[in-house]
Amino acid sequence: MTGGQTMTKFQLITKGLIKENPTFVLLLGMCPTLATTTSAINGMSMGLATMFVLVLSNMAISAVANVIPDKVRIPAYIVIIATFVTLLQFVMQAYTPAIYETLGIFIPLIVVNCIVLGRAEAFANKNSVVDSACDGLGIGLGFTLSLTILGLIREILGSGSAFGFKFLPGDGILCFVLAPGAFMVLGYLIVLFHKLTDKKNK
Amino acid sequence: MEYIIIIISAIFVNNILLAQFLGCCPFLGVSNKLSTAAGMSGAVCFVITLATLVTYLLQYYVLNPLGIGFLQTIAFILVIAALVQMVEIVLKKVSPSLYQALGIFLPLITTNCAVLGVALIVVTKEFTFGGEPHMLNLAESVVYAFATSLGFGLAMILFAGLREQLALNKVPESFKGIPIALVTASILAMAFMGFSGLV
Repeated sequence: MTGGQTMTKFQLITKGLIKENPTFVLLLGMCPTLATTTSAINGMSMGLATMFVLVLSNMAISAVANVIPDKVRIPAYIVIIATFVTLLQFVMQAYTPAIYETLGIFIPLIVVNCIVLGRAEAFANKNSVVDSACDGLGIGLGFTLSLTILGLIREILGSGSAFGFKFLPGDGILCFVLAPGAFMVLGYLIVLFHKLTDKKNK
Repeated sequence: MEYIIIIISAIFVNNILLAQFLGCCPFLGVSNKLSTAAGMSGAVCFVITLATLVTYLLQYYVLNPLGIGFLQTIAFILVIAALVQMVEIVLKKVSPSLYQALGIFLPLITTNCAVLGVALIVVTKEFTFGGEPHMLNLAESVVYAFATSLGFGLAMILFAGLREQLALNKVPESFKGIPIALVTASILAMAFMGFSGLV
């Protein structure tokens, strides 16, 4: 990436929020995005868990990138990522067992989240450790942000509450908590996101 | 009877794409054309069934006796990556025409979360088919994996057919591409919700 040198650390962190938002612009990591956003808290937990792996694996990969032969780099990256995911599983089991239970299979599936491997291949293997950490942090924050928004909307529409705080009586539109709501809300959010960012560019 | 319940449940009720959201990347990525969708489904079907068989044996006969069950994430992804490579090499030799047909889809499957997902589900989740909750045995696991991949294929081919029709229609500018595909998927998921309660 030629723009790497001219970008400050701050720009590296903020570009993940809007310009290179992994969910709305790059359309990566769709499975956890759709599956874990049944509520704002769940979406945010998944985003933070992914960010944890993203920052650490970015740092580790940028540190050892020069040593790994080019031909076996992808398997090597996957092993590094899988190591950090296993670490994350232990940490979550110990400190946040309830969230670990809710997110279930999607925690080990961070290994095959294209965002993590994508950043390793596109950024971490040709930039310094600190820059890679900033990049991981930025993309991770962008992912967390979009998952939280998606979760919040689905929670408000589906159960009439926000972050677990119930402010509307009744059940809400159950469909939005179930599978169809995930696809629909994400579709409309992408449209909205494109509309807003297009206007800004003009 | 139990196997029939597993099959119906995996294909329709708990469809891997539309109810469990595993394997959404190829679902949105390569569903533009019916032929590529069918190719991808074929390759996934093959790999999921084989990978589940191998990872099941690995978990129960290697990892568990050694007391290192927690390494399943790392072990499974390595096995799947190696397996995909091997399938590629074997297919190239044995059936060049099938290799040609599946071609580019095979390497992509390593990072398809449906494969790792199914492999992890069968060794971690308890099922309640026919009475008592129990872990799946080897035969049930393989049947479950095969049925799940059939469900993947069904959703994939239905969706690709819808998107081919959609391409001929006029869509508002901002909805072009992925957004309208997501809304279509939502309606398809709604249709599949009609199967819930069947098993």
